[in-house]
Amino acid sequence: MRLLPKIDKGCERMEKFDIYITGVGGQGIGLLSEALLRAIDHSEQRGIGADTHGLAQRGGMVSSHLRIGHGAYSVLIMKHSADMVIALERHEALRGMGNYLKKGGTLIYYDTVWQPLEVRLGRAEEIKNEDIEREADKRDVKVVKVLVENLKDSRMQNVVLMSKIAHEGLIPGVTVKHFELALSDLMEGDLLRNNLELFGELSKQG
Amino acid sequence: MKKMGEMLSSSNSGSEIMMGNTAIVRAMLEAGVRVVTSYPGSPTPEIAAAIASIPAERNPMYFEFSVNEKVATEVAFGASINGHLSCVFFKSVGINVAADTFVQLSLMELIGGMVIVLGDDPGASSSQNEQDNRHYAHLSYTPILEPSTPSEAYSMFLEASRLSQEMRMPVIVRLSTHVCHAKEKVEFKELVFQVQDNRPKFSLENGPYIPITAEALKMKRRALKKLEEFRKTTEKSCLNSVIEGSDKSRGVITAGAPFLSLQDVLSLSDKRPDILKLGIVHPLSEKEVVDFLSSHEEVKVLEELDNVIEKEVKAIAYDHKLNTRITGKQDIEDWIGEYTPDKVREVLSRIWPDVVSPPGVETEPIELAPRPAQMCPGCGHRSAFYAIKKVLHASDISVADIGCHTLGYLEPYRVGQVLLCMGHSSGTASGLSLFNDTRRVVAFLGDSTFFHAGLPGIVNAIFNKHNFTLIVMENGTTAMTGHQNHPAVGRNFREVTQKIPVRKVLEGLGVDNIREVDAYNQSKLKQYVEEALAEDGLKVIIAKHPCMLKFTRELRRSGRSLPNPVRVGNKCNRKYICVSDFACPSYQLSDDGSVWVQNDLCIGDRSCVQTCPSDAIASEDR
Repeated sequence: MRLLPKIDKGCERMEKFDIYITGVGGQGIGLLSEALLRAIDHSEQRGIGADTHGLAQRGGMVSSHLRIGHGAYSVLIMKHSADMVIALERHEALRGMGNYLKKGGTLIYYDTVWQPLEVRLGRAEEIKNEDIEREADKRDVKVVKVLVENLKDSRMQNVVLMSKIAHEGLIPGVTVKHFELALSDLMEGDLLRNNLELFGELSKQG
Repeated sequence: MKKMGEMLSSSNSGSEIMMGNTAIVRAMLEAGVRVVTSYPGSPTPEIAAAIASIPAERNPMYFEFSVNEKVATEVAFGASINGHLSCVFFKSVGINVAADTFVQLSLMELIGGMVIVLGDDPGASSSQNEQDNRHYAHLSYTPILEPSTPSEAYSMFLEASRLSQEMRMPVIVRLSTHVCHAKEKVEFKELVFQVQDNRPKFSLENGPYIPITAEALKMKRRALKKLEEFRKTTEKSCLNSVIEGSDKSRGVITAGAPFLSLQDVLSLSDKRPDILKLGIVHPLSEKEVVDFLSSHEEVKVLEELDNVIEKEVKAIAYDHKLNTRITGKQDIEDWIGEYTPDKVREVLSRIWPDVVSPPGVETEPIELAPRPAQMCPGCGHRSAFYAIKKVLHASDISVADIGCHTLGYLEPYRVGQVLLCMGHSSGTASGLSLFNDTRRVVAFLGDSTFFHAGLPGIVNAIFNKHNFTLIVMENGTTAMTGHQNHPAVGRNFREVTQKIPVRKVLEGLGVDNIREVDAYNQSKLKQYVEEALAEDGLKVIIAKHPCMLKFTRELRRSGRSLPNPVRVGNKCNRKYICVSDFACPSYQLSDDGSVWVQNDLCIGDRSCVQTCPSDAIASEDR
C-alpha cells in the first residue's frame, strides 16, 4: 500500500481552468484539442484531457475536455463549470454553453453551420448568432465569434480558432509561442508551414 | 514534428503527452512483449495505431488483427505456451466472443505470460451494452489490475506482465473508455531491447494442457491456488493506496476512473472522507480491506457498473465480525452509466448530503435539436438504405447487425429493427422466418462482421433451409473503428495477403442465390431486393461501395482533390427528397424554404443526383 497526496480544495492550491471543446465529427476537433493540450504543456502548466468520441463516422456531436492545473483529477469536466467553451459550429456552440459553461465564462466559436437532422427535416429552427447572444447575456458570458471569409480550406477552421485564442490570450499563461511549438510538435513540411502562416496572418487582422 | 513511433521505441527514459492506449504500448515494449493480437473495437483501437507507428526495425513485436476476439485470444495463448510474453486486447463485449477460449486460460501454465487488456465501456458510448467484465475475472479465476490514468495504465501493464510471467497465469488490465482516451504527460523508463529468444518452448512438462475429465479438476485446483498466491503476493502492493481526508470516521473504497471523479467531487468539500483506492480489484487484498473497515465507522463502496467489490467487502466484514456500516449501491441508477464527476456527486450526495450537495439547478436549460451520429456524405449505406426502404413493406421485418450500417435504424431510413451483437443477423432472421408466411424477413451484415461472426449463421441457414434475404453491406473495410483491413481486402496489418472475397466464400458454402450490385446503383438494387424477396430460401445480395470516408482521406493524402460538390439548381421545386428522405447531411434548409449544399461536407460523390424528382442537382463549377 502507498499513501497518496491529500486532496486540496482546487482553489486553495491553484487556479483551475477547464476548457470544453465541441463540434461535429469531421471538423478536426481532435487536432484542436491535441494542439491545445500541447500548448498548455509548453507553458509549463499541468494539462489533462480526453476526446469523448469513440466512433469514426462524421456527423455526430463530438467533444473534448481539457483541464489545466493540479486541482483537476478526472479528465471530464462537471456540467456548468467550464471556464471556456470552444465550438467549431454554431448549434454546438449553444449546446456547449448550455451544458458546460459556467456563469461568467467565455464562449468562442467558429461561425459555420452544419444543420442537425431535425433542422434539415424542418422540425427545429436553425440557431442564429442572435440566439447565442441572447443566451450568453442571461449567463453573463463573454462571446467571441470567429469567421474568416473565403478560407481556402474549411479543414483549417480549427487553426483559425486556435489563432484567435492564442492572440487574444484567452487561456491563462498560454502564449502564441506555446501554440506555435504545439503545432510544430504535430505537423511538418508544407502542412506546418501553411498552418503557421495562417496562424500568423490572422493576428494581423486582429 | 514529434513522431509517436520514435518516442515509443526510444531507448531513453522520458516523458510525453499520451493517451492511455498509447502508454500501454510503451509498456509493452519495456515489458518485452513479443506477440500482440486484437480485433478492432472502441475504446481500444488506438493501441494498434500506436503499434503501427513504431518503425519496423525498432519493433520486436508481432501484431495482428485476427478475424475475431476468440481467434486473437487463441493466437496470443499459443504464443505464450511457446514461451513468448503475449498480449491480447479488445473492447468490452469482445470478451463475450473470446469467452470460450478466455475462461480456459487460467487452467493453463502460460510459460511466457499473457496479459489481457480489456477496454470496458461504462456508459455504452460505443457498444451495445455497458457490461461489467469484472464478472469474467471472477468466473475464470483471473486477476485484474485497474488503472485510473494513462500513467497508471503504463505502470500497471508492466506490473501485470511481470506477475503474469512469474506466476505463469493470465492477468487482466481493465481499462475503461476514459482511461483509454485520457491524455496526460506520462513518465516512462528506459527501454532495453532484449536479445530475442525465438526457440519454441512448448513442452508437456509444463502441462497438462488437455483439460479432460479428472485433469480439468486438477487444473482448476492449480488455478485456484495461483489466485490465492497472487492475493498473498500482492497483499501489500503499492498498486493499492490510501488518501487521507479530513473526516476520519468515514471512508470510501473505490477504483479506476471513478477514483478521479471522487477526488474532483471531494475537492468541493470541507468534510473529506479517507479513500482506499484499489489498483488490484481481483483478488481483493483482504488485509487492506479489513484495516480500512476497522478504522472507520462508515464506509461507502463507490464503484461503476455492478456491485462486485461491494459484495466482497461485505463478505469480508462478515467473516471478520466487523460492524462498520457499509453502504454500496442504493438505487438502480447507481448501477447505470459512467461514474463521471457529475454522476459521483449525485451518488455521494444521496448518502452524505453533508459532504457534498447534489448538482445545483443552473440557468434554465437550452432546448436544442440533438445531433446523433450519422452516415457520412457519400456513404454507400445511405444510398442502399434509401433504395431498399422503397421496396420494403411496413409489415416486413428488418434485422440490423453491428457496423456503420447499424445507423440505418435512425431517421429517416428506419431500416433495421432488431440488434443483438456482431454477426447475429442471419440467426435471428432464421428464427423470425419460422411459422412465418406473411412477413418477409431481411437481414443486414457488414463485411468485416461477415468474417468475424457472420459465417456460422449463414452456414446454419443453408444447412437448415431457412428463408430470408441477407444483404451484405460491403464497404471494403472495418469502417466504424477506424478503417482496419479485413480478410476480403487483400492486405493485413503488416503486408499484402491473399484476398478472401465475400462472394467466393458464399459460393463455396453453397449459397446459389447471390446478386451483387454497386450500392450507388439504386434502381438495380431495388430490382434485386424485390426479386429476392419473392423467392424462397436464403437469398444473398451484396451491396457494394467502398467506404467514402476512407476513400476521400486517401485521395487527399495522395495530393488529389475531390470532385466538385453538387449544387441545387433552379429546377428545384421543393420536394425536399434530398433533405428529408435521402437525408445526406450536406443538404441544408434555408429560412426561406430553399435548399443549399454545405460545401464543407459535400464530397461530390453524386449518389444523390438520382434521387431528385425534378433533376435539379448539378455539379458546382469552380
